[in-house]
Amino acid sequence: MTLSLYVPVASPVHRAPAGLKLGLLAALAVALFLVDRLPVAAGTLAAVLLAGLGAARIPGRTLLAQVRPVWPWLVVLLVFHLVVTDWHTGALVVLRLLTLVAAAAVVTATTRVTELVAVVEWLARPLALVGVRPARVGLVIAMTLRFVPLIAERAHRIREAQAARGATGMRWGVLVPLLIQVLRLAHTLGEALDARGADAPAPPPRRRAAASPP
Amino acid sequence: MKSRDLAYVALFAAITAVLGLLPAVPVPGIPVPITAQTLGVMLAGSVLGARRGGLAMLTFLAVVAAGVPLLSGGRGGLAVFVGPSAGYLYSWPLAAFVIGLLTQLTWRRFTLAWAAVANLVGGVAVIYALGIPFTSLYGDVSLSAAATGALSFVPGDLVKAGIASVVAVAVRRAHPVIELPGRRPAAG
Amino acid sequence: MRWGRRAAAVVAAADLPRTAIELRGVSHDYGERPVLRDVSLTLAEHRVGVVGANGSGKSTFARLLNGLVVPTEGAVLVDGLDTRTQLREVRRRVGFVFQDPDAQIVLPTVAEDAEFGLTNLGVPPEERARRVEEVLVRYGLAGHRDHPAHLLSGGQKQLLAIAGVLVMQPRRVVFDEPTTLLDLANTRRVARVVEELEQDVVVVTHHLDLLAGFDRVLVFEDGRVAADGAPAETVRWYVDRMS
Repeated sequence: MTLSLYVPVASPVHRAPAGLKLGLLAALAVALFLVDRLPVAAGTLAAVLLAGLGAARIPGRTLLAQVRPVWPWLVVLLVFHLVVTDWHTGALVVLRLLTLVAAAAVVTATTRVTELVAVVEWLARPLALVGVRPARVGLVIAMTLRFVPLIAERAHRIREAQAARGATGMRWGVLVPLLIQVLRLAHTLGEALDARGADAPAPPPRRRAAASPP
Repeated sequence: MKSRDLAYVALFAAITAVLGLLPAVPVPGIPVPITAQTLGVMLAGSVLGARRGGLAMLTFLAVVAAGVPLLSGGRGGLAVFVGPSAGYLYSWPLAAFVIGLLTQLTWRRFTLAWAAVANLVGGVAVIYALGIPFTSLYGDVSLSAAATGALSFVPGDLVKAGIASVVAVAVRRAHPVIELPGRRPAAG
Repeated sequence: MRWGRRAAAVVAAADLPRTAIELRGVSHDYGERPVLRDVSLTLAEHRVGVVGANGSGKSTFARLLNGLVVPTEGAVLVDGLDTRTQLREVRRRVGFVFQDPDAQIVLPTVAEDAEFGLTNLGVPPEERARRVEEVLVRYGLAGHRDHPAHLLSGGQKQLLAIAGVLVMQPRRVVFDEPTTLLDLANTRRVARVVEELEQDVVVVTHHLDLLAGFDRVLVFEDGRVAADGAPAETVRWYVDRMS
C-alpha cells in the first residue's frame, strides 16, 4: 500500500509553502464559479496543467490517475447538459471540475504529508476555543496512519480464525469481533499515551484517601 | 479529551480507512456495487457517540486531504474534495455526529430499532442532504436531477445502515463505550 | 566493546539516586469489584518481581506505581510524591512497558515513535535526536529508523516499546508481562535487556525464570500480597501453591 501521493521532485512548485498552495486552491474553487466564459476556463486548465506537468514535472500518468475517478461524473454531467440545457453550460461545468481536480492533484503531488498535516494543525488553531489542542490534531492524524495496517492485519486474522471454524462468506461477521478488539486496544493505548507523558491531567475529584502529610 | 478518547478517534478513523480497502461488493438487485466505507461513518457514530464519532471522521478526512489514498478505490488527496461528489465526503463528520447524538439519546434502551433510526437519519438522510445540493451546485444541474442520480446508491446505503445497526447493538452489549452523564463507571 | 557502550548509554539514569515507591493502605476497586485490598509496602530494591494468577490484582498493582491507576483508598508515594497530585513528576520518574507493544507504539515510523515521549517532556530537538539515536543503536533498531513500525517483528516491536520508555530516562521502569506475547528467543532477549538495565525495575510476569537474579519477589493472591521475599523461596512457594 502506497501511503502517499507525493511525487518527490525538486521544483519551485514543490518548494512553495503548503499554506500558499492550499490557499490558491481554495481561491480557485471560488473563482471558477464566477467565470462563465469558456476561453477563460480553458486557459485556467492549461495554466494548471503547465504548472503540474511543466514546472513541477509530475508524470502525466500520475496526474491522470488522480483525475480518473471523476471521469464517470464528467461524462454524466456533459450528457445531462447536452440533453437538458446546452453544450456551452456542459463544457463549462466539465472544464471547471477538471481544472479543480487537476489543481488539487498538483497540490497533493507537490506537498509532503507532513507539510499538509502542519497546515491542518494551523487551521485547527481556532478549535482551541472549544477545547481542542492543535498539537493533538497532528498526533491523532499520525496515530491513524500507524493503526491502518494494524487494523487491516487484525481483521485478516479474525477472518482466518472464522474460516478455520468453518465460517464462509460471512464478510460482515468480522465486524463485531474486530470492533471489540479495537475498543480493548483503545483502552491500553490510552494508558500507553498517558504513561509516555501525552497527558498528565489535573487530579481526579475523588479524594477519599488520607494523602495529607502528618 | 482524555488520552483514551484520542485513541478512539484515531482507531475509528483507521477502521474507516480499512473498510475502504475492501473491494466493492455487487449485490443482486442493486444497480451499484456496495463499498464498505460509509459503514465506518455509521460505526463511528453509533459506537463512539456524537463528539468522538464526528472527530474520527474529521480526522479521516484530514488524512485523505493530506494526500494519503485511503478513500475506497485507492482515492485520496485534495482532488476528491473538489469533485462533484465531494459533498458526500463533507457530510461524514456531521453524519457521524448526528448518529452519535441519536444513539446517546436512546442509549438506555438502545434496541435494534433505535439503532436503525439513528443510522438511517444520520447515515443516510444527512449524507444525501449534503451530497445532493453539492452535486447540483458543482454540476450546474437541478436538485431533482442530482437526487435522481443519487437514487441508485440508496439500496446499498440501506443495507449498510442495517448492518451497522446490528453491529452497534452487539458491540454495546459486549463493550459499551458511550457514558451517560451522571452515571460514570469507575475509571479502569 | 558493545557491552561497554551499552553501559555508557544508561549512565545518565545510573547517576540518579535509587527510587522508593511506598504504598500506604492501598485498596482499589473497579465499580463493585475489589481488585486490591489494603496493600502496604515499600519498594526500594533494584529489581522487584511480581507474580500471581490472572485476576490476582498484580496488573492493577503495576498501574498504581506510575499513576495510570490511582487508588480508591490509601496513597501511592513515589520518592514521596503522591501519584494522585503530582502525576507529571511521577510519570517522569517511573516508566511503564506494556504487554502488547502494538498498543504502545503510537506513531507510524520507528524513530518518530521513539521520540514521542521526549516531545511530551518538552526536550529540545537536538537533544531529542541524540537520545533517540542512542537508544535505537542500543536496541539494534538504528537500521529501521524510518521504517513503518508495523513491519517490525514481534520482538523488535517490544524492543521499540522499551526504547520509547527508556529514552525518557525514568529512574524506575515497570514491565507488565513484557514477554507474554513473545517466542523463546525474544523472551530471552527482553530478559537480557531487563537484566542490563541500570534503572530500578518492577517486572510483572508469568515467566518465573525471568526472576532468578532479582532482589525481591511479591506474590499476589486475591488482591493481597500473599508472599514477599527473596526470589528462590517466594517463587518455590508460589509454584507449590499453584500445583
